[in-house]
This record gives sequence, structure tokens and C-alpha cells, in this order.
Amino acid sequence: MPTRDRARAKRATPRNEAPADTGRRDFCSRTARLGGGLLLAMTVPAFAGRPGAPGVATPTELNAWLQIATDGSITVLVDRSEMGQGVYTALPMLLAEELEVDFTTIRIVAAPAGDAYVNAGNGGQITGTSNSVSDAWERLRTAGAQARTLLIAAAADKWRIAPERCRANRGRIENDRGQSLSYGQLAQAAAKLEVPKEVKLKSKADFTLIGTSPRRLDTPSKVDGSAEFGLDVRLQGMLYAAIAQCPVQGGRVQSLDSRAAEAMPGVRRVLETPGGVVVVAEHFWQALKARDALKIVWDEGANASLDNGAIRALLDRAAAANRGLVAKQAGDPAAAIKSAAKSFAAVYELPMLAHATMEPMNCTADVRAERCDLYVGTQVQQLAQATAAEAAGLPPARVNVYTTLLGGGFGRRLEVDFIPAAVLASKALGVPVKLVWTREDDMTQDYYRPPAREEIRAALDAHGKLLAWQLHITSPSITARFDPSNKDPFDSVIEYVQNYPYAVPNFGLSYTRREIGINVGYLRSVSHAPNCFAVESSLDELAAAANKNPLDFRLELLVSKPRHTNVLKLAAERSGWGHPRPGRHLGIAFMEGYTSVIAQVAEISVKDGALAVHRITCVVDCGQMVNPRIVESQMESGIVFGLSAALWGGITIGAGRVRETNFNTYRLLRANEMPEIDVLLVASDALPGGIGELAVGPVAPAICNALYTAAGKRVRSLPLSVHGLV
Amino acid sequence: MALISVNDRAIDVDATPDTPLLWVLRDHLAMTGTKYGCGVALCGACTVHVDGTAMRSCVLPLRALAGRRVTTIEGLSVDRSHVVQRAWIELDVPQCGYCQSGQIMSAAALLAVKPAPSDADIDAAMAGNLCRCGTYPRIRKAIHRAAELLAPGRET
Repeated sequence: MPTRDRARAKRATPRNEAPADTGRRDFCSRTARLGGGLLLAMTVPAFAGRPGAPGVATPTELNAWLQIATDGSITVLVDRSEMGQGVYTALPMLLAEELEVDFTTIRIVAAPAGDAYVNAGNGGQITGTSNSVSDAWERLRTAGAQARTLLIAAAADKWRIAPERCRANRGRIENDRGQSLSYGQLAQAAAKLEVPKEVKLKSKADFTLIGTSPRRLDTPSKVDGSAEFGLDVRLQGMLYAAIAQCPVQGGRVQSLDSRAAEAMPGVRRVLETPGGVVVVAEHFWQALKARDALKIVWDEGANASLDNGAIRALLDRAAAANRGLVAKQAGDPAAAIKSAAKSFAAVYELPMLAHATMEPMNCTADVRAERCDLYVGTQVQQLAQATAAEAAGLPPARVNVYTTLLGGGFGRRLEVDFIPAAVLASKALGVPVKLVWTREDDMTQDYYRPPAREEIRAALDAHGKLLAWQLHITSPSITARFDPSNKDPFDSVIEYVQNYPYAVPNFGLSYTRREIGINVGYLRSVSHAPNCFAVESSLDELAAAANKNPLDFRLELLVSKPRHTNVLKLAAERSGWGHPRPGRHLGIAFMEGYTSVIAQVAEISVKDGALAVHRITCVVDCGQMVNPRIVESQMESGIVFGLSAALWGGITIGAGRVRETNFNTYRLLRANEMPEIDVLLVASDALPGGIGELAVGPVAPAICNALYTAAGKRVRSLPLSVHGLV
Repeated sequence: MALISVNDRAIDVDATPDTPLLWVLRDHLAMTGTKYGCGVALCGACTVHVDGTAMRSCVLPLRALAGRRVTTIEGLSVDRSHVVQRAWIELDVPQCGYCQSGQIMSAAALLAVKPAPSDADIDAAMAGNLCRCGTYPRIRKAIHRAAELLAPGRET
């Protein structure tokens, strides 16, 4: 392929070493041809690309998630994207529990795009809504049990004995005569047998792997630099691209003068795409410098004068114009509030937030005449495939999606906006192209957490018991843009409150959709975090109005829900609720979500008007845990995410532009700012619930509720920094 | 052409003198363990050692590297045997993992000068390394664990 070698000129070569470029051939040698599709092997270095490494031997496909090679090595195809939440460990654990193999030897491969990998709850091959484990719970254990049954049947055939006389044990089938065969010796025969429809899954008492905490399979590659993220993909002859996008969302190029950029060293092409002006060069630094030399006059479009004040006014006016579309109602909240002993009204406001994944958006595309290979960190393989296909002018089946590790997802990689430009550039130049967004691109061209105005009206009876609670949410819609075919008028932004946990005879939830001209998207704890702030803040305000302890007030309203009350009581107990340390103040918040329940207590102090968070106590019941250490990590993770948002998180728009461009203006929590985190995992027999987004929600209301206790100050909008408190 | 020392190898690099070390490592030398996060020394994802000191490679131009020794995550050990890597594996520190090369390089530089760091030492050395996944509690524990592994007679 001589044309593809052009860009290889002048590449640096370490002395006395083979060329440093991994190169397409090396890359392909690290992959395995499985099930008719070439799958990207993640670089877990113990296995990747070494002579004699497992996976190099001929693999046999036993089902969509499992390959067994002739040497007995086990490859699990994971159909959810690994973005830190642990699916490359937790999902193989489910399969391995039933397969009876040494878990630590399993090799992970990212599954391709395919209907076999659709997540039923999400309606597509989508990693999101914290349901990877719950969706896989039956499916992958069944896949493991089916494979085990087939291997036993194959062994029984060979030995001409009844299958009942055989058992699976650590990668081998053994019989009662003391004979054994390895899975590798049996896989090919097993694959020819009919897959059993009914298999009996282990009961909890028989689990040997589920519920234990083996180390993550991806950890070794993440401590030596070998883990391959999208940004790390290298293909032979690959060029690099940077992109110039209109600083005002919705704008477009009015005029472009690319002469200076094109004359710069290493620059191969400047091309206009619907998403922006792409500069392709031999190296990324060259592409970046040339991008900054582009002379572009932008037509800034309808958002040219948009700012935060205007956005707030849009929401306020929309909220005042009507009471919204009723999503859920019980009793007659309006009448109850009118006639109640005590009524309450408050408006809570949530800012836009950026995802700010540590790895900026990027995509590598290799478009040929007959196919397109896409290397991308994505949460949506099929959507990525369809998007690339459209840009390449190919049918989707001609696009191979190789999912890399994701350097953070948080919902940002549910979007595919960064894919077409890479595909178009590769198609135009006839070589692989890696398109990389800068941090500034990433921060200013996000699909932000929508701003929300959440108005609560409520009432207490003469005994201080909650009589009515009503929430009217005004916000742009995420779903209407993300999935125009979805006709449900109640956007995911209200989802949390549809499962309002507290018992109240008169309840109302309504929604007014108001678009603001800015792209909004799904951010970790999509509706739960913003709604939990409003719900849990209001509960505290109502407890104060009722002269009740905020814990007792909640417990009374959750009296028939033992999982809920249990986590609340445990959180109170562990945090020293009722007797805080001197100078410290406690605030509590509860959340039910993703079929899990969680309670958090924030311990804070306020000195000279400045708030400090000292400790977050977190008690979680997420049902059956697959890997408790990963659950604990996700609690810590969610709390840190929630702390950054509560303290400083906010995207501001001025003259149509996002003002926060990097980590100096979009502040994230740092190591030296960490409070102590105390996590208690509650053992539970409930089905597995979600953990990835769960811990974000209660953080902000717990802190604000503690602040009220400390200073009598009620904060109804975030972040705390805009109130001068941090 | 510039001659630089990376992981104890002398390497000729054909890049302009203003090219940040980060992109030299990643794009010219195929050492992709060092990550791009912000480009302006705010996040620490690109941390490497220059003459043993943790530095942000995204703001270090090639021209500043003559005669200096660069160590990247790939050169920290050949087999993940550095105490920081061992402690990181033991405590399962990484989540998404993207920032971890930088975290590990900062931690290794800290332990090289302070083999038994206090929490305040850790705060000072690690404040420049952002982790969006929130692995900070585990990082702190792992640094203390690495210090234990370093201490003679205390290794377990």
C-alpha cells in the first residue's frame, strides 16, 4: 500500500531499535479474528501480542461473549464500554462464575457493534443508566452456564459416559474415573453441539466469585502506560487532525482563509466539514499550530448574544407561563396546599455542567473504498457505527467499531459529534486519521448537563406531617435531541422524581420543556443529581418547618421501606448524627435510584463565612454486589464527582461563548481538597442495582443541609462558589 | 534533529524546537503512556520525570531538553515492579486509568525525595494531578503503601 506509507517519512527512530511506530501490522497482530469480525484486543500486557500468549491459538466461539482457544485460554467479549466503572471486571466475573475458570487468566476483548450486544433496558448497545451489571446479570451467567454444559457434554461424548458423571473445575472437565480434559481440548467439539435452552444457574450460596473482590483485570495495563485509550491508537501511515469549531454553538464558517495554515510544516490538508474546519498534518502539534493559524470569520448564528442571564430568564418565563405537563399525580396537591396548616414554596436552580472527561474527545478513522475501521472510545457502538457509515458513504455493516478504553465517559461519549470529522478527513486523504480535540475544544463544545429550574410547593398538616409535595421542573430536553424518535414528552431530566420515595397523600410532578439554544446531554446521574438536590433540600426545609429532626422526618415518610430506612439509620449512626464533633455540622440526604438506595451525611464547618467539607459518610444498599471493592470505588468516585459539582461546577455563557475553557476556570476537586470518605456497603439479597451514578446525587443536598444547620443559611442554587461560600 | 535522552536511550527526534515533549513522546516516539489532558500544566496527566523531578511534559518544549534525562511511565520499570506500581496494583487504584500514568510519575518523584511522606507531603506533591474518577483516597493509601514497600524490613 504505497500511498499509505507516504506519511511515514521523517519519523523518529530510537537508536539501535526497531521503528517505534506500533504500525498497523503490529496492531493487527494484537487482535484476534473472532466470530467473523476483527476484534480489538485490549492491551492487558500479560496477554497482548507476546509470542505464545493466550488468544494467539485458534479460538472457538461458544457464544457471543466467550471464546476458548485450543490452548485453553479464555477470551471474554465485553459488550459494555470500560470507562472506569469496572465492567471489564464485573461482567467477566458473571460469566466466569458459571464457567468455572481461573478468573485471573481471562483475557478481555471489546465486543464489536452488534445486535447480540443490545442492552434491553437502554434499547441499544449503550453503556449508560448504570445498568451494565443488572442487564448482564442473567445473560452472562446463562452464557457461562451454557458453555459449561456444552463442554461437559463434549467431554461425556468423548468418554462415552453420562454427563452427570462429569464436572467442571478451573478450566477442565473431570469425570469420576479421575480423567480430565481441558476446555481447550473440548471447545471445538463443544461448539458443534446444540446450545441447551435451559440451564440451572448457581444459587447465591454456591457463588465462589460473585461477591468477592478480585483485582480489576484492567489494572496492570493502567499502571505501566500500556492501556490503550482512543487517544493512543496508532495505525501505519496515520495522520493527525485538529479541528476549529465555531466558538458559539450553532454557528458556522462564513469565510475561511487557510493559506497560511496550509503552508505550515507537515500540513497535508485543510478541509471544511459540517462540524468545523479540520487541519490534517503529519503530527498533532503541527496540526494544532496550523489550526490556530486559520483565518476564519464565523457566522455566529442565533446564539451570538446568549448569556446565562438570558438562559435563566427563558426558564423563569417558561415556568411562569404554565404549570407544565403533568407527569404524575396523586390526590389533589393544589387543593391540599391551599387548605393546609403550613405551606411551603421554593425554587431550586441547577447550573449547566461540563463532563470534563480527562481524555478529550478523539476518534481515529481508517476509510477505504470498501470499509471503514473506527477506533473510538464510545458508549454507543451502534450509533458510532451508523454515524461513521453515513459520513463515509458506506452501509453500517461495512464499519468496524473498535472500542478502546474510555478515559472517562460520564455520558459525554454517548454523543458521536466528534466522529464524522475524523471519517471525512480519512476519506479525503485516503489514510488513517486521528482527530483530537484540545481541552478547550472539549470544554466549550460539550453537551452540557441542562440547566434546571425546580419549583417545589408543599404543605404540612397541623402535626407537621407531609400532606402535599409538588414539583414543577423547567428545563431543556435531552431526549428530544438525542433520540428524536422518542415521543415520550417527559424527558429523562425528570426521571428521578417519578420514583419519589417518600409517602405523601398528595403528590404532583410536572414538566415544562424550554430549549435554550445550547446542546444539552446526559451527564452522570442525569436526573438524579439535579432532582435529588431539589427533593432533599426541600425535605430538610420541610423538616425545619415541622420542627422535626431531618432524619426522623425522612424515616416517618419511608416507614414501609426497610431498605431505605436501614441505609438512613446506618448513615446517621456512623456519622455521629445528633452529636457532631465540636465546630462541625452534619447534613443528611437520601436517594433511591438505579434500583439501589443510598444515604450520605456531610460533615462540614463554616469559618469566617467559608465552608469546608470534612467528611462524607456514605451507606449504600445496591442489592447483590458482584465486586464489592468496585462498588466502594464507585461510591468514592461519585462522591468526588458530586463534590466538584456542588462546590464549583457551573458552565457560564457570555456573548454566546462558554467562558470555562480549561481546568483553571472549570474547577475540579484535587487531592489536597479531599474530605475523608467513609463508605459502608450493606449486604443485600436484592437483585443487583446500579452503582456508577448513584453516589453523585446526595452530595450537594447533604452539604447544603449541613450548611443550614451550621449557619441557618439555605442555599437553593448551585454551585456553592457563586454564594461566596467556597 | 534534536538528540534527547528518554528512558536511558539517546533518541534523535525530527520535530521543531517548540514541540512539547508530550507530543514528541506520543507521536514521534510512540510512547503513548504519557497523556494529554489540558495542554497548559493544569491537570498533570502528562507528568514525566526530567532529571528525576516530576514535570508537565505538555509545556516542556523540545529545545529545553538538551542534556536532560527524561523518564516516562514506560521507563519507570520494565515489569511493573516499581514500588508505586506494585502499590497501585495491590490497592486497585485506577478507574478509567487515563490520569494514572501522571499520578504514578508524581508519586514516584515524591517517594524518591521523601521515602516516608506525610499526608501533607502527599497533598503538596499530588495537588497538580487531577483525577475525574475520584481515585484520590486510593492514591493516598497506595503512596503510603509504597512507602512501606520501600522501607527495609517492613516489606510484606
